Amino acid sequence: MSYFKRDKRAYVLLEDGTLFKGFNFGVEGTSTGEIVFTTGMTGYQEVLTDPSYYGQIVLQTYPLIGNYGVNNDDMESVKSWVSGYIVKEWCEEPSNFRTTATINDFLVRQNIVGVWDIDSRALTRKIREHGTMNGAVTTEDLDDPETYARVMKLIRETDNIRPVTKVTSKKKGWFYSRENRANHVALMDYGYKRNILRMLLQEGCNVTVMPAESTIDDIKRLNPDGIMLSNGPGNPEDYPDLIANIKDFMAYGKPIFGICLGHQLLALANGGKTRKMRFGHRGLNQPVKDLNLDRVFVTSQNHGYAVESVPEEAGFVSHVNMNDGSCEGIEYKNCAAFTVQFHPEASAGPNDTGYLFRKFTDMMEQGQRTRLKGDQ
Amino acid sequence: MPLRQDIKKVLVIGSGPIVIGQAAEFDYAGTQACKALKQAGLEVLLINSNPATIMTDKAMADKIFIEPLTLDVIKRIIIDEKPDSILSTLGGQTGLTLSMQLAKEGFLDAHDVKLLGANVETIDKAEDRQEFKDMMQKIGEPVVPSKVVTTVDEALEFADQIGYPVVVRPAFTLGGTGGGFAHSEEELREIARNGLRLSPITQVLIERSIAGWKEIEFEVMRDAKENVITVCSMENFDPVGIHTGDSIVVAPCQTLSDKEYQMLRTSALKIIAELKVEGGCNCQFALDPENFNYAVIEVNPRVSRSSALASKATGYPIAKIASLIAVGYSLDEITNDITGKTPACFEPVIDYIVVKFPRWPFDKFVYAKRELGTQMKATGEIMSIGSSFEQAMMKAIRSVELGFDTLSVEKYRKASDEEIREALTRRDDERAFVVYEALYRGIELEEIQAKTQIDMWFLDKLRHLAVMERDLIEKGLSDERGAERLTVAREIGFLDSTIERLTGEKFPRKYAGFKMVDTCAGEFAAETPYFYSTHDEENEAEIFLEEHNLKDHKKILVFGSGPIRIGQGIEFDYCSVHCAWTLKDLGYDAVIVNNNPETVSTDFDTSDRLYFEPLTAEDVRAIVETEKPDGAIVQFGGQTAIKLTQHLKEIKVPILGTDPKNIDAAEDRELFDELLERCQIPRPEGKTVFTTGEAVVAAGELGYPVLLRPSYVLGGQNMIIAHEDKDVVEYMNIITSRKLENPVLIDKYLMGTEVEVDAICDGTDYLIPGIMEHIERAGVHSGDSISVYPPQTLSDEIKETIVDYTGRLARALDVIGMVNVQYVVHDGKVYVIEVNPRSSRTVPYISKVTDIPMVDLATRIMTGATLRELGYEPGLNPEKDYVAVKVPVFSFAKLADVDTQLGPEMKSTGEVLGVAHEFEDALYKALVASGNKMEREGGVLISVRDMDKDEALETAKRFADLGFTIYATAGTSRHLSRNGVVNYEVRKLSEAGPNIGDLLDSGKVTYVISTSTKGRQPGLDEVRMRRKAVERSIHLLTSLDTANALVSSLENGRTMEDIELVDITAI
Repeated sequence: MSYFKRDKRAYVLLEDGTLFKGFNFGVEGTSTGEIVFTTGMTGYQEVLTDPSYYGQIVLQTYPLIGNYGVNNDDMESVKSWVSGYIVKEWCEEPSNFRTTATINDFLVRQNIVGVWDIDSRALTRKIREHGTMNGAVTTEDLDDPETYARVMKLIRETDNIRPVTKVTSKKKGWFYSRENRANHVALMDYGYKRNILRMLLQEGCNVTVMPAESTIDDIKRLNPDGIMLSNGPGNPEDYPDLIANIKDFMAYGKPIFGICLGHQLLALANGGKTRKMRFGHRGLNQPVKDLNLDRVFVTSQNHGYAVESVPEEAGFVSHVNMNDGSCEGIEYKNCAAFTVQFHPEASAGPNDTGYLFRKFTDMMEQGQRTRLKGDQ
Repeated sequence: MPLRQDIKKVLVIGSGPIVIGQAAEFDYAGTQACKALKQAGLEVLLINSNPATIMTDKAMADKIFIEPLTLDVIKRIIIDEKPDSILSTLGGQTGLTLSMQLAKEGFLDAHDVKLLGANVETIDKAEDRQEFKDMMQKIGEPVVPSKVVTTVDEALEFADQIGYPVVVRPAFTLGGTGGGFAHSEEELREIARNGLRLSPITQVLIERSIAGWKEIEFEVMRDAKENVITVCSMENFDPVGIHTGDSIVVAPCQTLSDKEYQMLRTSALKIIAELKVEGGCNCQFALDPENFNYAVIEVNPRVSRSSALASKATGYPIAKIASLIAVGYSLDEITNDITGKTPACFEPVIDYIVVKFPRWPFDKFVYAKRELGTQMKATGEIMSIGSSFEQAMMKAIRSVELGFDTLSVEKYRKASDEEIREALTRRDDERAFVVYEALYRGIELEEIQAKTQIDMWFLDKLRHLAVMERDLIEKGLSDERGAERLTVAREIGFLDSTIERLTGEKFPRKYAGFKMVDTCAGEFAAETPYFYSTHDEENEAEIFLEEHNLKDHKKILVFGSGPIRIGQGIEFDYCSVHCAWTLKDLGYDAVIVNNNPETVSTDFDTSDRLYFEPLTAEDVRAIVETEKPDGAIVQFGGQTAIKLTQHLKEIKVPILGTDPKNIDAAEDRELFDELLERCQIPRPEGKTVFTTGEAVVAAGELGYPVLLRPSYVLGGQNMIIAHEDKDVVEYMNIITSRKLENPVLIDKYLMGTEVEVDAICDGTDYLIPGIMEHIERAGVHSGDSISVYPPQTLSDEIKETIVDYTGRLARALDVIGMVNVQYVVHDGKVYVIEVNPRSSRTVPYISKVTDIPMVDLATRIMTGATLRELGYEPGLNPEKDYVAVKVPVFSFAKLADVDTQLGPEMKSTGEVLGVAHEFEDALYKALVASGNKMEREGGVLISVRDMDKDEALETAKRFADLGFTIYATAGTSRHLSRNGVVNYEVRKLSEAGPNIGDLLDSGKVTYVISTSTKGRQPGLDEVRMRRKAVERSIHLLTSLDTANALVSSLENGRTMEDIELVDITAI
């Protein structure tokens, strides 16, 4: 029982010197990264395996984590990408029919330093008020001044440059849908969540997962019906090469659907602007209004950067965040593309915006029909 | 969409008296609704028969009718007042059913009244079992195999097809009344028959049992623009099979992965979309713990008990938002009050866990069947908030006020392993304690799980508590892990005082800090100071006080009254809320402490700061350490708050109002006697005894009948009237076996008229808004008596004496604030029975009918004003030209084996009020409001004890003169015949048929009058007969006074149509 196993001290240190003392789970060691909080009350395994969290230390605001353990099905990628994990309490006796291991076992297997039993709400409030900060999770003794200085130095040196290159597939991957609608989608892997792939397959698309650096020539060789720009980690402005490729994709004329980082990259490719947010949106309860439908949908989100604007001639804002008015989606006028900042593939989170995948397939089918007409 | 332009005047229907299954949550919902509608600029009309509510307060609506909730009355109001719409979804099942009937009859259309919140099709789809099933099939949502039947034979046939056990669910009944599990044909026959009878449309559903599945609930909202959100998910500790109102419930769900959670969430949203609900909706699911199979069990397209819980658990005000949606607003237009910036169109997330724990009435009804099933039995509930399940559970146990500070119960600790293993298979109110005991003694989780089907997650968490308790007892705090043990024990919810008790060791106290409830897990800054305690680094309440420069504000703590229970109901919430409002008005920071999620007092905008906490000394101490209040008010929170007085005094928190030592003087028998002597006020002769021998001697000296009770009581707990030595011996045996430390009081029992007054006193002057006279003679608990304002039979001289005595007592006790005094008038002489220097259950109603805001005045006086300064003439307030009659309402139908005979122990759960110019009319109204159909024909069955036989003769004659057929049991029959009252003798239940049972089944009996010297034990003939009457919904009268009042009302000949309706805001 974790309550009675408080042997190993662990710390969370922020770049401003704020220190939280807790206990260790997962592996021992020191790990640094940007500390971000996520407010979802379920879906911790999906968070841990979402490549968009690459290099970040994730803090769960919900205090009881690991209640249903981990299982083999809820992986959003092959492994966990977080550089540290912070919870109030983890559950040593999970209870769910799919459970194969505890969250602690999982972190150990994934070589992740975890800290529990800190005032997680105080840390959340700190990040909310000061904005996202770098920090460390460590089992080293920070009461020792030398250690403290060394860890602080590590925090200051922390960077997360072009993390897409760390998480993207090295090789292409082919996936076939059991449905026979058989649109073919090139899924640009900037760190895609598996559920994007699952949703596409469910919508009857065959999917080829493409490494992030793939060029228009690579795409053309596939002759896809549409291109999916996936989610992924990092600052979108750090990827001028990917943005240049995306400009080529636009010119190619096939429907494009972008999610999260994909949304940001397409905006930059169109001369738009992005900005770093104070502490981002991470959770499963973000209200987003679809301006076309005049309806609000509850969405799953995980991003620290946002699109500020795109030039008027390129496109218009189609979705808005109801909490802070930030841009949540764009429809393009100059190419067959639409993108959203949130995660319509959910997992974790509500499935309320799954209709966007249908919209994408409809666009692809429309495109096929147009091409057929053109052939005649 | 903004406010609909076609809505200007809305009629809101309340839920009526508090009964099991429909409690204070609808006052909370209704109050929010009225406030929201008025803020939207609408004219609001309100009807509710329950005078103890906050929603029936003058400021809440433009016109308020405390009138019977019947179709005829509502129609009259609609015709007279011409509302353009009616809000149906905020008044519980009562409000919904009435609205549906009005709509279906075409009455609403004919009078151009729009139905807001839900439409007829919606309600039918949700409530009619077949339509519900059809709808689910249409949208592809699974349900449990089931069939709607209208006869017992059909039920048996279907059960044969799907196999036993089956569940019986009657259509359109409150809290699942009349339902249950049937394991055999014989059981099904009984349950189905009962269910069919109780269902207003004679319909029950027979379905396959899914025992052992998880029970999960979702609270969802939808607006006319089809925006849909879920507010909260909840998981029941008990698997499917125990009514959710009787289950321990946690929020949010704990054992569901995101996949399962989203599966059920999506289903709930599909359902609300299909139902086209505009407002809130509750969806209940059963989820197979072994796979992804689930079934939709029930849908409530209205605000409910669960939605009140969800609102308090998350900070999201469902009732308010549902009301705004009903009048046209959409979710994206409504602001989330907690953040003050973000819209209401989002899903709350929380960073704590909530536990709801029911409060059952079995402490009052010791002979009631405690088994839990599909029929709800709890009268109220508490909610606790913690950082962990363990902590929240420990707080829950303290909040529910059973006298425990852990889950250990002595009788189970003493039981053998064998007994505990056996007890694990029982499903009753003590199940959590049995499970805990099993864990405490190390019985394997697997065995407990197999027997209880409670999820391993909960069992494991409870085990943490059990292991900790054991470690504290066995290892103490002095070994090498002692310091760590202390820290962990605190974190998982043990109080320092509990740790001290268990370890026998002293250590420096450490008080908990506080965290905020903010709907968003800290993502946004919150405006609303709503706190719960935990042991963590940062104390947000302290930071809040600093940041808002509140440290120097004058702050006053106001205590709520905890869970709704018999004897301590919604009326105390009325008082606490009014007190807070007045304090705010006076410029103080009102700080409320309470733990009842069903109430207005725990609404985050009632006070300046809300602490959702147990009402125990140490929990309150932590709040005091943070708030550093300038004073505390204990007069309004019932006995729960009074119990804190001593502790507050010890920690030097000034008690506003009457000095605590004078509160003691009223409760302590010897001090009280001295006081009366000083004031020269007589009371029924009495003695204090400790042993059975002493009691018998004392009773002999006083002369029978005598009244026996323990010295500290609430709601007449454990009180009896003894008529002979045998009764005294039986009673003393029960009492002494419980090792009561306080003595037993034994009083001469005077069969006189009971009179009650509430007074406000400023230390010099006193004001009595009105005198209330009880219809039933002394001996029936005042809470169960019909009470009349102003008195109808008292002479001016008696009234003057009462006013004089009240003044003497108030002055002698130096009352600052409220005092309640109960008198008995016997042979023209006035005796004092009881003095309570605090607010009482009659305060809300007497405030409303006399137009004297008692709580407001008392609060002002406690903070320094005088009556004269406030513009009130001391003495008895001139009588109004209205008569108000309060009639109690019972929940006997829901509690098997409870004797319905009224006595000194309180049994009612709620009350209704009738207001009219004439006494008879007011009484008639109140009787109708209490559910009496006031039938003028049929039969009256009379079975009375010997001492009542002469009086019963008169009553019988009057019923016979009205044309009723009189039936009577042997003794009574002989007496009636001998005195010329024609009657049919009926054999007792224990005798051969045809007997009383058959007569009651025949439908020939309209009223039953039954009094007996003995009661309580369910095996007794009289008790069984009374139960039978309750089960057949036959009106039962257990006091001749009540029977006479009823017959007078019938003799009067007037009916509701002849009686004016009264807008009480115009009184």
